[in-house]
Amino acid sequence: MNETVIYSVVLLAALGLVLALILYFVAQKFKVEEDPRIDLVAEALPGANCGACGKAGCRDMAVQIVNDPAYTGCPVCNEENIAKIAEILGRVPEKKEPSIVVLKCKGGKINSEAKVKFEGLQSCSYANSLMTSEGGCPFGCLGFGDCTKACSFDALHINPETGLPEADPEKCTSCGACTQACPRGLLEIRKKREDTGRVYVGCMNKQKGVYSTKVCKVSCIGCGKCAKVCPQNAITLANNLAYVDDNLCIACQKCVEACPTKAMTIMPLDKKLPSAPKPAPAPKEASEAAPAAETTKTEATA
Amino acid sequence: MAENTKWVVSGAPHIHGSESITKIMWGVVIALIPTFLVSVYFFGLRALALTLVTVASCLLFEFLINRFLFKRPCCLGDGSAMITGLLLAFNLPSNLPFWMAIVGSLIAIGVAKWAYGGLGTNPFNPALVGRVFLLISFPVAMTTWPVPKPLFGGNAVADAITGPTPLALAKEGLKAGQTPDQILGGLPGYGDMLLGNMGGSLGEISAIAILLGGIYMLCRRIITWHIPVAFLGTAFIFGGILWLAAPDQFMDPVFHLLSGGMMLGAVFMATDMVTSPMTKTGKLIFGAGCGLLTILIRNFGAYPEGVSFAILIMNAFVPLINRGTTPKRFANAK
Amino acid sequence: MKTFNIGGVHPNDSKLNADAPMQELPIPKQVCVMVSQHLGAPSQPIVKKGDKVKVGTVLTSNEAFLSAVVHSPVSGTVNKIADIPDASLYPKPAIFIDVEGDEWEESIDRSPEIKREISLSGPEIIQKIKEMGIVGMGGACFPTHVKLMPPKDAKAEFLLLNGVECEPYLTCDYRLMLDHAEEILIGASALMKALDVKQAIVGIEANKPKAIAHMTETAKNFPGISVQALKMKYPQGAEKQLIKALTGRAVPSGKLPINVGCVVDNVATCYAVYQAVQKNMPLIQRMVTVTGPSIPEPTNFLARLGTPVSAFLEAVGGIPGDSGKVISGGPMMGKALSSTETCSVKGMSGILVLPEKQAHRQTVYPCIRCGKCVDACPMGLEPYLIAATAMAKDFEKTEKARVMDCIECGCCQFSCPSFRPLLDSVKLGKATVGKIIRARNAKN
Repeated sequence: MNETVIYSVVLLAALGLVLALILYFVAQKFKVEEDPRIDLVAEALPGANCGACGKAGCRDMAVQIVNDPAYTGCPVCNEENIAKIAEILGRVPEKKEPSIVVLKCKGGKINSEAKVKFEGLQSCSYANSLMTSEGGCPFGCLGFGDCTKACSFDALHINPETGLPEADPEKCTSCGACTQACPRGLLEIRKKREDTGRVYVGCMNKQKGVYSTKVCKVSCIGCGKCAKVCPQNAITLANNLAYVDDNLCIACQKCVEACPTKAMTIMPLDKKLPSAPKPAPAPKEASEAAPAAETTKTEATA
Repeated sequence: MAENTKWVVSGAPHIHGSESITKIMWGVVIALIPTFLVSVYFFGLRALALTLVTVASCLLFEFLINRFLFKRPCCLGDGSAMITGLLLAFNLPSNLPFWMAIVGSLIAIGVAKWAYGGLGTNPFNPALVGRVFLLISFPVAMTTWPVPKPLFGGNAVADAITGPTPLALAKEGLKAGQTPDQILGGLPGYGDMLLGNMGGSLGEISAIAILLGGIYMLCRRIITWHIPVAFLGTAFIFGGILWLAAPDQFMDPVFHLLSGGMMLGAVFMATDMVTSPMTKTGKLIFGAGCGLLTILIRNFGAYPEGVSFAILIMNAFVPLINRGTTPKRFANAK
Repeated sequence: MKTFNIGGVHPNDSKLNADAPMQELPIPKQVCVMVSQHLGAPSQPIVKKGDKVKVGTVLTSNEAFLSAVVHSPVSGTVNKIADIPDASLYPKPAIFIDVEGDEWEESIDRSPEIKREISLSGPEIIQKIKEMGIVGMGGACFPTHVKLMPPKDAKAEFLLLNGVECEPYLTCDYRLMLDHAEEILIGASALMKALDVKQAIVGIEANKPKAIAHMTETAKNFPGISVQALKMKYPQGAEKQLIKALTGRAVPSGKLPINVGCVVDNVATCYAVYQAVQKNMPLIQRMVTVTGPSIPEPTNFLARLGTPVSAFLEAVGGIPGDSGKVISGGPMMGKALSSTETCSVKGMSGILVLPEKQAHRQTVYPCIRCGKCVDACPMGLEPYLIAATAMAKDFEKTEKARVMDCIECGCCQFSCPSFRPLLDSVKLGKATVGKIIRARNAKN
C-alpha cells in the first residue's frame, strides 16, 4: 500500500519536472519579443472588438497605435480611453468631438401607419427585398432591428412605442457598425452636441411630396424652407430631400421651426423646449408643441 | 376585406405541408401505445404508475426549467418532454423505486436536454442519458427485473418475484462455461420473446408491439426505414458472423435481435430526430454503427446489454457523420 | 411516368374550377404599363404625355441585348409617365394610358384563322420575337430572343415546352393548352426553326389528363414534337428539374440549360411566339388565373397588360371578406402584394387570394434536425445548414454549402415541421453571398 503511494507520487513529480523543463526551454527558444506597451494599450481600449477601425480586433489596433505615432486612433474610444492611451505612450491626448448615431427616419408606428403586416424572418435586409415598409414608405425604417443586432455596445434598441431604433447616448460609441447594417442607409454618425442638440433631417424619402406625404406624416418634401432660413448655408437639397451639413451647422434650430412637415429633427428633444413645463416623450407631440416655444428658444440658442 | 385587418406580407412559400412538430410528437406517442399496453399487461399496474411518474416528472422539470431558469413561457405543447418521459419509463424495470425514476427524469430533462439548450440542440438522447445515469448510479435496482405475470390470471404475489433478463442469463451462462444451447433451454422460447413474455425493462419486452409502432411511424413518415434496418441488419449480420465462427461461445443472432433493448433502441431510441443524422447515407452509417457497437458490447463487454451505450456513442458521432455525408447534389446525383 | 430524381414535395394541387371557360376581361378605363417588365437592362419610354397610341404601338425602347420592349396594350392617350407602386409598393416608372376605344395597329393580323405555314426564316423569327417584346411568361420574364441565340460553343438539341404548371391553384397554362393547343405547337415549331432543333418535348404533369390527351392528339400533326406525361411533383416546372425529368440530363452548378443542349420555354410563351411570328401581334395580353379558396368562381381571364389587380378582383366579385393575403403568382413561389393598386405585367400568371386563416405564418419552433428539408431539396442542398450559417453571418460557410445553387422553390420551408422561415434565411444568405461574389469578381 505504502509502496504504491510513494511510487505514484515520485512518478508524478518526476513527470511534472521533466515536462516543466521542456516547457521552459521551448518558451525560451520561441520567445517573441514584444513591446510591453501593446498589452497596456490593448487593455485601455474598449475591448469590444467591434471592428469599426477596420482591424481584426482591439489588440491588432493596439499594435498599430503603439507602432505608428501618427495614427489617429480608435474611432470608438471615449475621452477616458484616449487619455489613458496617451498616458501610456507619453503622447498628447487628441481632442475628439463626441459623436453619436442618428436615425434619419421618424416614421415608425406613430407617423407612418401600418398598412400591411410583415411575417417571417425578422430581418430588415430580407424584408427590404419583399416590401417597402409596413407603413408603405420605400425609404423608411423597417424596424426589424438589423442595426440593434449589429451593435456591440448594447446601445441601440427598438422603442416598442414607435417601432424605431433609439441610440443610448451613454453607450453609443459611434463605431458605425449599425450604419453598415441598415439596408436603407438610414443611420448616420453625427456630432453629439450635448449642449445645443443635434439638428438633422429625419427622413430619407426621395419621392416627391405628393407620394411621400401619403405614407408618412413627417416626411421631408424637399420644399427648401429650411435652406432659406439657414444662416450658415448648411442645408442642401437633392432628390426632394434636404440635408444638413454637420460641419457647418451651428444648431440654431431656425430650420426646425421652418419645417412644415416636422421632418427636421432636433435631438435630444428636451433641448428644443427649455421653457416647456414638461418634456414631451413622443416625437409627434414634441413637434406639435414646438411653435409655442418658438421665439424664446431661438434667441436663447442662437 | 374588412376595414381594420391588414394584409399579410411574407415571403414565399405561402402554403405549408401538413407536418408539424406537434403532429410528429403525438405520432410517436401513438406509436408507443402498443408497447405500453403490452408492458401493462405483463408487469401490471406498477408499469402504468412508473410511466405516469416519469412522464409527470419530465413535464414538471421541463416547465420549471423554462419558467424559472430561462424565465420564459413554457412549451409543453410540443410534446417532446412527454416523449422523453415515456421513453425513459420504457427503459426502466417496472419495480424501480419512484424516486429513482424522478432522478432519472431530472437528469434526462435538466442535464441531457436543457443544459445543451433544449429541444433540437441536445447531442444525446435525453431518455437514454437518464437511463444510463440510473444504470451506473443504481446498478442493482436497474438490473432487477420482475418476472412478467399477465395482468389477468396472474396472482397477487407476482410483483414480488424478480428474475434476470434473458441477456443477463446468457452472459452469466457463457461466463460459467455453458453452451448457448444449454442457456437457450433455460430461457423463454423465441415465440414468448417476440410477444414479450420475458423479463426486462417496461418497453423492451415485446418485439411485435414495437414493430407495430415502428410501422405506424413509417407510414406517417415520422421515421425513415434507414436507421432501424441498418441497426437491426448490422446487428444480425455481425452477430451471425460471430455465431458461425464460434457457435459454442456466442448466442445466435435471432436471440440478439429479440432480447434486451435491441428492438426498442432501433425503432424508437436511435431514430430520435434530434440526435440522429440528417441524410439517408448518414442514417445508414449511424444505424450500422449502433448495431455493431451493440453486438460488440454484448459479446465482449462487461455489461450484458449494450444498446443504450451504443446509441449514445453513435450520438456523439452525429455531427461528424452529418459533415461527412452531404446529400447528393443535383448535378452529381445519378 | 418520368419525373426528376431528388427531392421535391407534393402540395395539394388545388386547381379550382380549372375546367371553366376562359373569359375576356373588359378593358379598364386606364391602364398603367410598367416601363420595364423583364429581366435585364431597363427600358426607356419613347412616348410622351398627350401622345395618341394604338394597340401595339411601341412604348419603350432599349438598345441592350438582354432586354425587351413594351407595346401599348390599349388605344388612347398617354396621360402621364410617372411612378406607380409595384407589387411591393416600391415606386417604378410606368406609362399611364387613358383608354379610348379599341383601335389596333394595322400591321396586326386579328383574323381568327390559324396560320399554320411558317414563312419566316430562323433569324427573322428571332428578330420578330425581339420586336414583339416576348419574354418568358412562366414568371421569370427572361427575354425569349436571348434564349434563341445560344453562345457559339453550345448547340441546342432539344426544345422543351413547359406545360407542367406545378404551382398549386394556377390553371392558366392548362386552359391555354386546352383552348390553343395548335397555336402553341405552331409557336413551338417556329422556335424549333429558329433554334434549328429537330426535337421538342412538351412536359405536362399527370394531374392534367385532358391537357395531356388533347396536346398528344394535336401533336400528331407536328413532326418532331412529342408530349410526355410527368409524375406530379413540385417543383417540376423549374428549368433544371424539367430538363432532368424530360431528358435525364442534369444542368451542372452555375451552368445554363443550353450547356446540356436544352432550351426551355413555357407553353404560354409559345402561344405568344405564335401570335408574334404568325399574326404579327406583340405581347399585349396574357392569361391570368384569379383564384383562391374563398373566391366564389375562380376564373382564367385573358386580360390586357397594365390592368390593375383590383380590376381582376372585381371581375370575380370583389375581394372576399375573410381575405388575409393577396399573392401575385402561385402559392409556392408567388409574391405577396402590399396593395392592389399595382398593375398586371408580362410575368403575372395568377392572382391568388388566401383567406386570413391561411395567410399567417405559424409559430416557429426550434430546428429538431429531422432532415426533412434535406430530403425535400430538389437541388440536393442542406437548407438547414445554409439558413443557420446565414443567420450566424458566416457567409463563407453559406457559400460553401452551395447557396448559389438554390432555386428558391420553397420545398424546404414547405416541409419544415418546425415552421422555420428557412427560405427567408436562405434568400437572405443567397443575396449576401451574391454580393460578396460580385465584389470578389470585380476585384480580380
